[in-house]
Amino acid sequence: MFENMEKIYLAIVLAPLLGSVIAGLFGKLIGRSGAHWVTIIGVGISSLLSMLAYKHIVFDGGEMFNQTIYTWLSIGSLDINVGFLVDRLSVSMMVVVTFVSWMIHIYTIGYMHDDPGYQRFFSYISLFTFAMLMLVMSNNFMQLFFGWEGVGLVSYLLIGFWYKKESAIFANMKAFLVNRVGDFGFLLGIAGVLLYFGSLDYMEVFAETAAVDGLTMEIFSGHPWSVITVICICLFIGAMGKSAQVPLHVWLPDSMEGPTPISALIHAATMVTAGIFMVSRMSPLFELSEVALSFILVIGSITALFMGLLGLVQNDIKRVIAYSTLSQLGYMTVALGASAYAAAMFHLITHAFFKALLFLAAGSVIIGMHHEQDMRKMGGLYKYMPITWITSLLGSLALIGFPGTSGFYSKDAIIEAVHHSALPGSGFAYFAVVAGVFITALYSFRLFFMTFHGKERIDKHTWEHLHESPKVVTVPLAVLAIPSILLGAFLIGPMLFGGYFEESIFVAAKHDVLAEIGADYHGVWGFTLHAFQAAPVYLALAGVGVAWLFYIKYPAVPAQIAGRFGFLHKLLLEKYYFDSFNQSVFAGGTRKIGSFFWRIGDIRIIDGFFVNGTALSIRWFSGIVRTIQSGYLYDYAFSMIIGLLILLALFVHHLI
Amino acid sequence: MEMNIPLLSLLIWTPVLGGIWVLYAGDRQENTVKYLSLSVSIITFLMSVGLYLQFDSTTHEMQFVEKAIWIESFNINYHLGVDGIALPLILLTTFTTILVILAAWEVIEHRISQYMAAFLVLTGLMNGVFMALDAMLFYFFWEAMLIPMFLIIGIWGGPNRVYATVKFFLYTFLGSVFMLVALLYLYSQSGSFNIIDLQMLPISLDVQKLIFIAFFLAFAVKIPMWPVHTWLPDAHVEAPTGGSVILAAIMLKMGGYGFIRFSLPIAPDASAALDEFMIVLSLIAIVYIGFVALAQQDMKKLIAYSSISHMGFVTLGFFIGFKIVANTDSADGAVMGIEGAMMQMISHGFISGALFLCVGVLYDRMHSRQINDYGGVVNTMPVFAAFMMLFAMANSGLPGTSGFVGEFLVILSSFQASFWIAFLAALTLILGAAYTLWMYKRVMFGDIANENVAELKDINSRETLILSLLAIVVLVFGVWPAPIFEIMHATIEHLFNHIIHPKLG
Repeated sequence: MFENMEKIYLAIVLAPLLGSVIAGLFGKLIGRSGAHWVTIIGVGISSLLSMLAYKHIVFDGGEMFNQTIYTWLSIGSLDINVGFLVDRLSVSMMVVVTFVSWMIHIYTIGYMHDDPGYQRFFSYISLFTFAMLMLVMSNNFMQLFFGWEGVGLVSYLLIGFWYKKESAIFANMKAFLVNRVGDFGFLLGIAGVLLYFGSLDYMEVFAETAAVDGLTMEIFSGHPWSVITVICICLFIGAMGKSAQVPLHVWLPDSMEGPTPISALIHAATMVTAGIFMVSRMSPLFELSEVALSFILVIGSITALFMGLLGLVQNDIKRVIAYSTLSQLGYMTVALGASAYAAAMFHLITHAFFKALLFLAAGSVIIGMHHEQDMRKMGGLYKYMPITWITSLLGSLALIGFPGTSGFYSKDAIIEAVHHSALPGSGFAYFAVVAGVFITALYSFRLFFMTFHGKERIDKHTWEHLHESPKVVTVPLAVLAIPSILLGAFLIGPMLFGGYFEESIFVAAKHDVLAEIGADYHGVWGFTLHAFQAAPVYLALAGVGVAWLFYIKYPAVPAQIAGRFGFLHKLLLEKYYFDSFNQSVFAGGTRKIGSFFWRIGDIRIIDGFFVNGTALSIRWFSGIVRTIQSGYLYDYAFSMIIGLLILLALFVHHLI
Repeated sequence: MEMNIPLLSLLIWTPVLGGIWVLYAGDRQENTVKYLSLSVSIITFLMSVGLYLQFDSTTHEMQFVEKAIWIESFNINYHLGVDGIALPLILLTTFTTILVILAAWEVIEHRISQYMAAFLVLTGLMNGVFMALDAMLFYFFWEAMLIPMFLIIGIWGGPNRVYATVKFFLYTFLGSVFMLVALLYLYSQSGSFNIIDLQMLPISLDVQKLIFIAFFLAFAVKIPMWPVHTWLPDAHVEAPTGGSVILAAIMLKMGGYGFIRFSLPIAPDASAALDEFMIVLSLIAIVYIGFVALAQQDMKKLIAYSSISHMGFVTLGFFIGFKIVANTDSADGAVMGIEGAMMQMISHGFISGALFLCVGVLYDRMHSRQINDYGGVVNTMPVFAAFMMLFAMANSGLPGTSGFVGEFLVILSSFQASFWIAFLAALTLILGAAYTLWMYKRVMFGDIANENVAELKDINSRETLILSLLAIVVLVFGVWPAPIFEIMHATIEHLFNHIIHPKLG
């Protein structure tokens, strides 16, 4: 059956699309269960076939697939195609995307049970899966951009899913526009690729890197910049939007206004990792520009550290996890900057599982709490929701990088990689990711303790109905908990040090930090034990300890600290004033400029002065002409004389 | 291809005569009038499909040529033909006419036969504009077209329609007088009104510049370019839905068509010399007008401004080529820019038409175009909301819709001319999304804003049909734009080869 992989790949992409279209257009006809069956079957097919493709390529050593499906358009010698590139990098992504999506489809049956937009929701999440697969499986920049904006569209639709909620429809527009700022850069990057490489096809572009390396362009005249650097930074600006890196991160916390399953699927496990995936895919380009890599390293480390800090002061359970996602995306970005693409992808995969798990667990808590998301009104839930409790604990351990969990291996690999990096900015990055470990542990266990332990602060009405969530919710939690804990130990060897990605990721020899680490790598046990000789593990444990002290043992302390450091606390609560700045400068400024241009430019100057001015001057002129046309012969004679005089004057001065 | 049926003449005169027949049928037989008009529009469309099927896309030569002497003493001929530039615009015209007829079905209550007749006649005249190979014939259709449009706005328009019609008429008429002068001058030099002859006529640079400016005045008003654009929002606001649709979908394209049929090939050296002027005006249209659109409170004005901004991509794509050739020594990028601009015209026809129809749907129910009178429409009109979401996204240039293709290609090609031109043009990604989605948010999302919104009825089957047809074309040409490019390519490649070579005399 592997002779015709094209059909399998087409089915992987089209099955979710078909499910989405059926649920979307015929939702009323097929009813609620019809909608969830058709989409779950669609994504299920996609997921199983992706696993089959994974087996084919990774285990059976099958050929990489790189083929055109059809020609989107052609202009002379330039063909822009729709096609698939399925290699070890994309097939790994496909498995993660379809599997997490599948689990979330199932979970949604429980979470959205009473929602009037049930069918619409299933249609959207299947459409998302389609768009994400188009992005991941693309073999060219046009289709990449299609998937890129496609996931942005579905994210927009889903954040605003509850369209009556003012905060939700504000957040979805904000998300779309901030992403568009990123896409703006991304598109310029693509335009640069076409100009200098003459193609939008990945393989053709990668084959030309040697010819383009060393070329310069002058964006500001007199300042020749490396073409590759400009292209890479433009492309990375796209990644900053999608993968929510500072300063384009502002949309992600607000995206929590959407239903929880999509927070898990889109805003944690899959879409936000598109930028990480894209940079890994483009490694042959990024490897040629140390400036771009340094830039990525610094942006990533700022995000990793400073977004983590914001998680410390949030009280909304989903927002804490959102800031945690930002911080973890920062870790992945740091890994990209350090040329440890494999480590970034590794963390992307483990994070997809444990973060989806944490979100779904938070969702389970939210169902139990009757849509209360404020952790100050929770506490002691472990008694009532044991499965949610234990799976949350496992997810949190993975997140903080507790030795042996998946998150431990992927995060430690990143820290080690940064440690070995020699790029400008790597010192700061190393500090950021190590300090980040303590912060991560602190906010994670703050959340865990505030929600599940300590004093019960639940209101009476909620308490009476408090119980564990139904099976459609808890089973996906259990299923996701397994890879959250175990996957890392299995993957670390092959993925980081075993040449897992083969040619799909390119690393220049001088940047190959993973190879340096790999020289000392002697199996999972060695790596695990080695970690106990380094700071991160103890920082993580310290974070848990501090969380226990502050939120279980001495719950009055955090407020005292906040009072003592009022300025810092306010700075964190205000999210470093990014939102207020954007709101007043960009949103407000743009509207003011628009209004100014319209009222002054169009109405006052063009219409008022020129158009109506012309009309007025014609009226004035015709008034004069009217008096001249008096009917008396001498007036005409007089004007003729004047006219002749003028003509004569012109003639004499050789003007005619 | 040998054919005895004068397909082009039929495409002009079937709707014109059909329109006269409809007028003759009169208002008393309302249903006859409606079905007759619909049949005429469908027959016209099918004929244009026939044209497409028989069209040979491998050549740039004029096809289906018809030629007869009209006014012998001035060498004016009834001379028609189509190439890869005209054909897509003719298809767009005949397709849009069907939608406009359907959109009027229950909405136009008085003088329905005259209304239908005006649109049918207009269709024939617009087809004539795209087919005329004789400059005088072109001018005849160009000016004749104003009359039905003038009547449509003047009779079925809003309260301030007189101001709008006069402004519309004066602007466009004033512009075209300059074109007439240029055409007469060209005739005096060549003794011919044949457009192809005029394209071959060697002219000195100074004279070319004057000709270019004369053409510019006619076409820049029509498309419209900043700063001669202010007639458009006023005309749209006062026009009935059908008038707005035709105005946005087709009449604006006349300006683009003029640039590519007259300005560029007749005055190529002046075009090259003045390209920066055109590029700057295009960028002002894209950026400045994008900001102005943000400030609009009236939905029709907002879409009108959005049209001007989108037309900026058309003029940008047309005139960016000279810089690309200077930069890259290759015509590939320039051809891409022109084809992208053409695609932008066609796609904008669908999308702006769809958006004006959407506003029409709302206006028919609430008799208001003010954004503030709405809010939460999705609650009462979910199907309509879904359609409008699609068109709003297409208007923001979302990949997968036709709105993406042209903008994408023009941005890609302008990068080959200059980073900063591409930078400014690409701002539309942000501005276009901002004004479109902000309007969508205020009109559609949120809780039901008032009693009027609460009583809204979702779209009926006729409205669903119209919007579905548009949704299909917007999606099909977004996912598979190749056929349009296949039609255009030979013609545009030849055109650019022509304009890049000096023809100074």
